[in-house]
Amino acid sequence: MRFKVLSKATIERIEAEFPKYPDKRSLTLPALRFAQEEIGYVSEPAMIDIAELLDLTPIQVYEVATFYSQYNMKPVGKYLIQVCKTLACSLVGAMPIVEHIQNSLGIGIGGTTEDGVFSLKVVECLAACGSAPMMQINNRYYEHLTPEKVDRILSDLKQHGESDLATGPFMLPVLQG
Amino acid sequence: MPKYELILFKNMAQPGYKGSLEEYRETGGYTALEKVLKDISPAEVIDEVKKSGLRGRGGAGFPTGLKWSFIPKDQVGPRYLCCNADESEPGTYKDRQLMERDPHQMLEGMAICCYAIGAQRAYIYIRGEFDLGAEILERAIDEAYKAKVIGKDIFGSGFNLDISVHRGAGAYICGEETALLESIEGKRGKPRIKPPFPAIHGLYQEPTVINNVETLANVPHIINRGAEWFASIGVGKSTGTRIFSVSGHVKKPGNYEVPMGVTLREMIYEFAGGVRGDKQLKAFIPGGASAPMMKPEHLDTPMDFESVAAAGSMLGSGAITVMDEDTCIVWAATNLMEFFHHESCGQCTPCREGSAWVLQILYRIEQGHGRAGDVDQLEYLCKHIEGKTVCAFGEAEIGPILSSINHFRAEYEQHIEEKGCPFHPNAALSMAH
Repeated sequence: MRFKVLSKATIERIEAEFPKYPDKRSLTLPALRFAQEEIGYVSEPAMIDIAELLDLTPIQVYEVATFYSQYNMKPVGKYLIQVCKTLACSLVGAMPIVEHIQNSLGIGIGGTTEDGVFSLKVVECLAACGSAPMMQINNRYYEHLTPEKVDRILSDLKQHGESDLATGPFMLPVLQG
Repeated sequence: MPKYELILFKNMAQPGYKGSLEEYRETGGYTALEKVLKDISPAEVIDEVKKSGLRGRGGAGFPTGLKWSFIPKDQVGPRYLCCNADESEPGTYKDRQLMERDPHQMLEGMAICCYAIGAQRAYIYIRGEFDLGAEILERAIDEAYKAKVIGKDIFGSGFNLDISVHRGAGAYICGEETALLESIEGKRGKPRIKPPFPAIHGLYQEPTVINNVETLANVPHIINRGAEWFASIGVGKSTGTRIFSVSGHVKKPGNYEVPMGVTLREMIYEFAGGVRGDKQLKAFIPGGASAPMMKPEHLDTPMDFESVAAAGSMLGSGAITVMDEDTCIVWAATNLMEFFHHESCGQCTPCREGSAWVLQILYRIEQGHGRAGDVDQLEYLCKHIEGKTVCAFGEAEIGPILSSINHFRAEYEQHIEEKGCPFHPNAALSMAH
């Protein structure tokens, strides 16, 4: 068996991207993302698999994985809550939202709930400054947050696996002078 | 009644417009591409863009046509366009709107640029967090291939073009053009030493143009309505409209498209509704976190590249963050320094270590342990970061610090003398890193 942990489907997903680039190394970022989508984080065996597939050394993959903040180097909860704290969000109440989440879930920043459902991180600017405070959970944005809204989002996710409070397409308003 | 005509936001302002290829074509979409492929030479396209005065909307404001003209004309081999959709400058969220709500506008701009510079392959480097935007773009690209407005032999012209989305993974520095190239090549996003410039040695060491989303979105309009029309909007060397992202303590935050040259006062007080709770304005950032802070006395500065620079700041990415009278300026500077320290790529010692030292001193001052001489020490450190790094990140990270000291030195001193923050004695900084 050539690959240790990545499934055939993930390997094929990476290989399907090969024609887009003249150099296989360009697949490092997409491959890490696909691996994370499969196993929840970027494990060492996964990085070795990626290196094997892209004709790289494991360190070439590892150094990329550790550079970018979206790759989880350790397992995280099923839902990774990332609250933005950069200036525009902090001016309008990002930290009270963080505190509210900490209190509701009983975890600190960087922590995961005992049932493994939620992890909490505080992150830098996610480019949603006009709809602050905001957070990202897995691949979706939640904006104009209030403590009540946060409660509903977390409860929706826990119960239904999704929340209609997530930002969808076409929601940014058109404004003019 | 709105005062100003919308250009980039025009389509999406129509009720129900969802940015599909069909809808985009109903508004005249892809006719500019057809026109250039059939009737206009690449050199003439570049000339038209030069004449329009279009300048980069990512932050630096470099003339777009001039950038395109740097691509060697006779050299054989591949050349590339990279659309910079990394949108990471704190306060900025305009490209997100352009991509999510009218993706074909920027795709058409990209195709015209590729024709002008002779590139057959383009990448959209989109920040990893924009999952929704990436999905919308991928869908738009699929539509464009099916309609044959990209792909092989576009409009029967013999011109071929492939466009792909390349997602980042959380790194502010990848918005720096050479770091972006490194990232597409599958490496850590460490900026390259320039020269050589990307126009000569760019992606995979081949000639490459890197343009911001908003810059490219303007291109079809310049082709359709002419360089003179475009140059008639705005003021002086800052032509066209600009999408200003307004955030912070304003009543109506959001993305506003207005001609360049509108004053900051008009933007903050008229369009964005003024300061929340009708409080006094204390300070604002006119062009993203890297831009030096400004004070109410600068409100009448017109928002064009030259005027904002003359007032001691920069128009940058066009992101205006407003702070009211209750904002502690030391806290604000510390918040931004946390950002810059976290995002320093670590390549250059003055930036990597300097950002940590500056942050330590700021924490100390904000938390009531500041020492006499700390403010001088901050200035000394900043001046030893400036100009001593591979990329402009060094200048960026000292912008908010030096400007806040410059405008609010007494407030820093007050923190030190009173051994604490006069605004929020239990100031919560994230200290998450």
